[in-house]
Amino acid sequence: MEFPEDLRYTEQHEWVRREEHGVRVGITDFAQDALGDVVYVDIPEVGTEVRAGQPFGEVESTKSVSDVYAPVTGTVLDRNAALSDSPQLVNEQPYGDGWMILIEPTDQSEVGGLLDAAAYRAFTARASGEEE
Amino acid sequence: MTGAPVRNDGPPLAWTLKGLSKAGRRAWTLPALDVPEAELSEGHRRHDPPDLPEVAERDIVRHFTRLSQINYGVDTGFYPLGSCSMKYNPKVAETVAALPGFQRLHPLQPEDTIQGALELLWRLERALCEITGMARATLQPPAGAAGELTGLLIMRAYHQKSGNPRTKVLIPDSAHGTNPASVTLAGYRAVQVPSDARGLVDLGALEKLVDDDVAGLMLTNPNTLGLFEEEIEGIARAMHRVGALLYYDGANLNAIIGKVRPGDMGFDIVHLNTHKTFATPHGGGGPGAGPVAVSPRLEAFLPSPLIAYDEDGDRYFWERDRPDAIGRVHGFNGNFGVLVRAFAYVFGHGRDGLREVGERAVLNANYLACLVRQAYPMAYPGRPMHEFVATARPLKKHGIRAMDVAKRLIDLGFHPSTVYFPLVVEEALMVEPTETESKETLDAFADAMLQVAQEAESDPELLHEAPVTTPVRRLDEAKAARELKLRW
Repeated sequence: MEFPEDLRYTEQHEWVRREEHGVRVGITDFAQDALGDVVYVDIPEVGTEVRAGQPFGEVESTKSVSDVYAPVTGTVLDRNAALSDSPQLVNEQPYGDGWMILIEPTDQSEVGGLLDAAAYRAFTARASGEEE
Repeated sequence: MTGAPVRNDGPPLAWTLKGLSKAGRRAWTLPALDVPEAELSEGHRRHDPPDLPEVAERDIVRHFTRLSQINYGVDTGFYPLGSCSMKYNPKVAETVAALPGFQRLHPLQPEDTIQGALELLWRLERALCEITGMARATLQPPAGAAGELTGLLIMRAYHQKSGNPRTKVLIPDSAHGTNPASVTLAGYRAVQVPSDARGLVDLGALEKLVDDDVAGLMLTNPNTLGLFEEEIEGIARAMHRVGALLYYDGANLNAIIGKVRPGDMGFDIVHLNTHKTFATPHGGGGPGAGPVAVSPRLEAFLPSPLIAYDEDGDRYFWERDRPDAIGRVHGFNGNFGVLVRAFAYVFGHGRDGLREVGERAVLNANYLACLVRQAYPMAYPGRPMHEFVATARPLKKHGIRAMDVAKRLIDLGFHPSTVYFPLVVEEALMVEPTETESKETLDAFADAMLQVAQEAESDPELLHEAPVTTPVRRLDEAKAARELKLRW
């Protein structure tokens, strides 16, 4: 299970990467593993306003349909159009080509309030009842 | 005893009638023409014959008999599908429903000629109201989800009558997917209520969500984790304080039937799944029945017409003059044949019999849970009711998932349990044995579950490959969903 050090995380299992033009968002390795084979991803159009803690899209796997939550408030600058034909990218490269949206945050400092890799790793360990 | 064997023998299969087709072969012969031949007009004449399978009667009979042998149902073996109450249906209900007096009725016959059928509906409605602690019921909705929508439209009509239909309906995070779907269809916004560490509605969180824009709460009790909502009275108070209604999803009524009534717990609307609690046929897209019963203050909003009895004239009739009714939710009077089966089940058991149904359903689930809990820990500490949610998490270290366990159970002769539901439980295995199974069957199923847990350690590859004894091996569900090929 990968928990890249340079990312920030939410308790709803999204990751956030700060980039020059905004923050890139996807779901974590832990999340894709728990969901199983992803078969459909629903993400908003460019220009959509998203609100921290509110669902911005859905991931459908062979097991379930789950909401994906916005880690920060802002506007969608870009979306990963490749996911409509290749939803399996979420499973194959959750932190790379499986990204979902790029958000221009209203408040840059919101990212700082998210979990770091160590905290998220500890959170997932508790969530799956492992003793670590 | 084990479950029914899965057949994988016999000659190579032609799976379709098309595959069996030979040019010129027929299942029929027509008698010689003994009337004058008539010409069809050009516009009605077909130039290319339709591309139909050409097979003998023998081929057709063997084809469909074979398919029926490969099929697995509750009449061939144990079917422990959690959250679905797949109980064995007593055949007497079928016999009763097939009586010519019931079967040959026409829904538009004058009331005076169908007094017996109307009396049956009236008695069934009375019985369902007694079972649920409600005042009156509609038998129209043709299925559980249709019952949900009906109940929510009644909720909306009730609030509308007081001036404001409100905008939100609360739903626990462990609920059935049909609940939020019905809420949305009824024009409300579904708001999720979190579960606490016990797997029950978090009353503190609920109280924070409740305001005068909440129309109601949809709840299953016992809930979808198979646990009894112990704080139901506090939940009811919190809802009623703001004028909101409490909706009982009858999916799990089997656990409490004859013991405690939703009406006494404070519920205002109840829908029942006759195929879960009252042993009418299950699945296949119907026909079904999802009666909805309500407390006195909601009676006026029930769909029309309602069945009624005129004591003075000793006559049953349809009551139609009900101006606040939400309208019809189904053609004619619901699926009458299904309601006859439910009637046979209710009155065949009687009050004491139905109480025993609930007791045995709970006993069977707890017995089975005790047999398997060492290998598959319970997801929550509380005592389960008529079904339990275990987790296959301990097998993850061998690379084995709940889905692998389910597929291997097929090899061992059983229908798998529900997997990956409720969503709040990791690697969920949800098992509902129902009251109709014997101790021998429960023991055999527990042995199979434990064998799979052992195989997870000793032969994980076998579990990844499973099922290995079926005519069709593991299907690629992801490919099927990603590359949809639809034809209609």
